[in-house]
Amino acid sequence: MTQLRNEKSVEEVADGIRRRVFEHTIRNNGGYLSQACSAAEQLAWLYQEELHLGAPTLPMIPAPFGGVPSADNPDYHTGAGYNGPAAPEYDRLFIAPAHYALVAYATLIETGRMAPEGLEMFNKDGSSVEMIGAEHSPGMEVHNGTLGIGLSTAAGLAWGRARRGETGRTWVFMSDGEVQEGQTWEAIQAAAHHRIDNLYAIMDVNDQQCDGAMSSVMEVRDIQAKIEAFGGVAVWIDGHDPDAMRAALKTPHEGKPLIILARTDPTKGMAPLMARFPRLHYVRFKSEEERAQMNTDIAGALGVDPVKLEDH
Amino acid sequence: MPEMVNRPYERAFEAHALANPDVLCLSADLTSSCEIDKFRDNHPDQFLSLGMAEQNMLSFAGGLGLAGFRPFIHTFGVFLYRRPYDQLMASVAYPRRKVRLMGFLPGVTTPGGMTHQAIEDISVMRSIPNMTVLETGDATEVESICAAADSIDGPVYCRVLRGSVPRLFDTPIKVGEMRVLSEGTDVLVVTAGITTEEAMRARAALDRAGLSVRHLHLNTIKPFDAAALLDHIGSVKHGVVTLENHVTEGGIGSLVAETMADAGVGKRLVRLGLRDTYAHGGSRAYLMRYYGLDALALVRGIEGLIGTDFGISEADLDAARVEAVHSNVKAEGL
Repeated sequence: MTQLRNEKSVEEVADGIRRRVFEHTIRNNGGYLSQACSAAEQLAWLYQEELHLGAPTLPMIPAPFGGVPSADNPDYHTGAGYNGPAAPEYDRLFIAPAHYALVAYATLIETGRMAPEGLEMFNKDGSSVEMIGAEHSPGMEVHNGTLGIGLSTAAGLAWGRARRGETGRTWVFMSDGEVQEGQTWEAIQAAAHHRIDNLYAIMDVNDQQCDGAMSSVMEVRDIQAKIEAFGGVAVWIDGHDPDAMRAALKTPHEGKPLIILARTDPTKGMAPLMARFPRLHYVRFKSEEERAQMNTDIAGALGVDPVKLEDH
Repeated sequence: MPEMVNRPYERAFEAHALANPDVLCLSADLTSSCEIDKFRDNHPDQFLSLGMAEQNMLSFAGGLGLAGFRPFIHTFGVFLYRRPYDQLMASVAYPRRKVRLMGFLPGVTTPGGMTHQAIEDISVMRSIPNMTVLETGDATEVESICAAADSIDGPVYCRVLRGSVPRLFDTPIKVGEMRVLSEGTDVLVVTAGITTEEAMRARAALDRAGLSVRHLHLNTIKPFDAAALLDHIGSVKHGVVTLENHVTEGGIGSLVAETMADAGVGKRLVRLGLRDTYAHGGSRAYLMRYYGLDALALVRGIEGLIGTDFGISEADLDAARVEAVHSNVKAEGL
């Protein structure tokens, strides 16, 4: 449905996302690598296939940081233009866990919405391509660095768009750690109460959070049963299978938000990363030896050449 | 005694909302307490019940703002910033959504005690970038608060009075413009909200004592017209006394202090209000006396400023209005 149709398959885009995030992480000696493993197919499917988006309205090479919203900053704009214009018929997407920004930027590049140079600006002073995606970062429209607020904002936007008769859907890419926040449940009950069914989410259920495995930090129990108890519709799928995403979307959800629970592997495609378990949230190598070893091993798993470290 | 007006917000909001289809009425289970129950019943398509879930409500309102609507959120002031502070910041204030935060029961206007009394809201809201802060002090200001708030290009927090409200003024709020209630030359008194009525109660007694009071009423706390305040300070001999229904840190007392310090004004300032303390549950008159927020406290503050005892007692002040805790114009004693 995307206007920027290119010849890649969802799987090829997902491979490209993993490769870019891997190379970036090795070069910078750190990054949100595991999130690329778990989320690559979900973001590839959304951007390459499912979302109805217009052509980007912002420059392929992102402009520098242009200031925060203020009455004195009339030229302020968000990074939503990388997803195309906010027209009534187009879908909107929030990346609720803004910590996935690196993966989201890689997705923009792989789907032709941002130039590869954009990723070189990642987390550089004065850049808009921020480490934790900000409103003004490419592909972002709201601040979601504080986890658990994305679904509520999307519910409000979706209600407003339905009232205006807009046909575009409002989508949220979520993380499973967010279900520890009470606001997630407030959002689902409010969406159900107001029959907001133009609201969709896909949740990366990788069982990981900042401190480690979710089961060791705070048990969240049966997410699907909880979502349904609060009035939403939830479907479990294999989060690395685009066909499962296509099928899940056919689930009836009249008057209710649909949340696709994508069960994923936090080291998918990069099995050597398991050596770091359970410290997967942000990968920073402990030594040059570990970095070199991971470079060789993960490159081997991805079927690419190791990054030439002497160049950097 | 001033004319009393029953439920001025109820009529004012309905008129404003019906004239502005992009205005939405949001409530969090305090619908009758915020005088929007008739609006809910008569205009359900413009009303959204968000339940007792303020964190979601603030972010949801941010989403409505993103869709081009102007939600008016109705609840007690405390519930707009204490629990959902993170959402207020990220979903409303930062992106400058046109969300109108209608905070009822400011300060000690509720017998609900600590959990219900917004005593530090101005301090919090004033320090949030992009936020506008308005406060109503009489029925006319309540009647004009919806239009005033909705004229703001960004988020706005309003301290709103409810129930039976005195009419002290005959002109609507002009955002950014302070009211000059008297133009004396000895002492400048600065008040806002319900403390303005208290200062007016003290005026006759102070006149009789030979003190010339200049009295300013603030309905716009942020943005603030510092130049106008400095002109008034320059017109009095002794100094300034502020009286606020709020802690003395971060509210209008601080605002005046900052303005004076920035300009290098060498006059004295006495800040009256809640002094680094929580309040407890009780009637408004009791609380204002107990915590030193009433007309008599103002007289004592002025006496302290200029070092003179005027011999003014409670009997010399204009009568205080005693408001019933339970009455037909309020949904419940809270």
